Amino acid sequence: MAKVRGAIVVNTQICKGCEVCVPVCQEKVIGISSDVNRKGYHYAYMKNPEACNGCTNCGTVCPDRAIAVYRVKVAT
Amino acid sequence: MEVLDIIKPENQVFCKSQLMTDTPLSYCPGCGHGTANNLIMEVIDEMGISEDTIGVAPVGCSVLAYDFMNIDMTQAAHGRAPAVATAIVRTWPEKYVFTYQGDGDLAAIGTAETIHACNRGENMVIFFINNGIYGMTGGQMAPTTLEGMKSSTSPYGREIATMGSPLKITELIANLPGVYSVSRHALHTHKHVRKAKIAIRQAFENTRLKKGLSFIEILSNCNSGWKMTPNDANEWMVENMFPYFPLGDIKVEGKLKV
Repeated sequence: MAKVRGAIVVNTQICKGCEVCVPVCQEKVIGISSDVNRKGYHYAYMKNPEACNGCTNCGTVCPDRAIAVYRVKVAT
Repeated sequence: MEVLDIIKPENQVFCKSQLMTDTPLSYCPGCGHGTANNLIMEVIDEMGISEDTIGVAPVGCSVLAYDFMNIDMTQAAHGRAPAVATAIVRTWPEKYVFTYQGDGDLAAIGTAETIHACNRGENMVIFFINNGIYGMTGGQMAPTTLEGMKSSTSPYGREIATMGSPLKITELIANLPGVYSVSRHALHTHKHVRKAKIAIRQAFENTRLKKGLSFIEILSNCNSGWKMTPNDANEWMVENMFPYFPLGDIKVEGKLKV
């Protein structure tokens, strides 16, 4: 059965660290970085990249559309 | 499989719409305005009507919407967006015209323009972002502020006896015969965002078929005005705003939903 793997790319300069994407991620992939971007916001990052299935939930709720989502089918 | 093998252009399933400019949004972190702006542009992009769409920006937090939306935009005086949109619709009847207004703009200073534009049933879409407060000017009480809700001009909470009840302008507008469809949505979870996107698509389809006025209310948080974190503000919105402003369709195809 094909398995789905996903990944997100956060535009760290646009992300405002609002954390709205954190509770909607069913797989608990997203964490908030301890680093800050140019504007002083703690941006989101992929804390648990193995679990991401590319469901795009994080992207749809992101007010600044700082998240791009990638998805690929992997034959197992 | 490594993460870098997944991140390739052919695997991309979601990104920012090309109809949004590269200007950073001026909204506070976690504000529903950003999601609403992006959703509208995504729908226009999917329908391929970007060259035939004219938007009217309001006064308020979203006054700079013309900087973010890469389509033809204009900006109206406070509350007068439906009047300006009426002029545009009547000059170019084949265009898709929408207004994007907050609750201070649409439900307070622009009540007359809104109600009369809706009553005439102009062929346009009105997006009404309701966060129960005047967000841009520092969180003053708006007509849609809930009972007991604290704002900078009602520091002990809104009192019904002296300040009146929160205005349900969406229900008010739904009763006007000229209005074709009215619905209320929220943007705090992915499910609600997807529902709202379908409704926005339907609204522009109504414009294409010259059905008349479609009115979409979107409940949003205002975490700066409510003085909460974005996720707390979303929870507060679910607990307090949803009982008074229930989500769902209010008028479908010119008929009130009972």
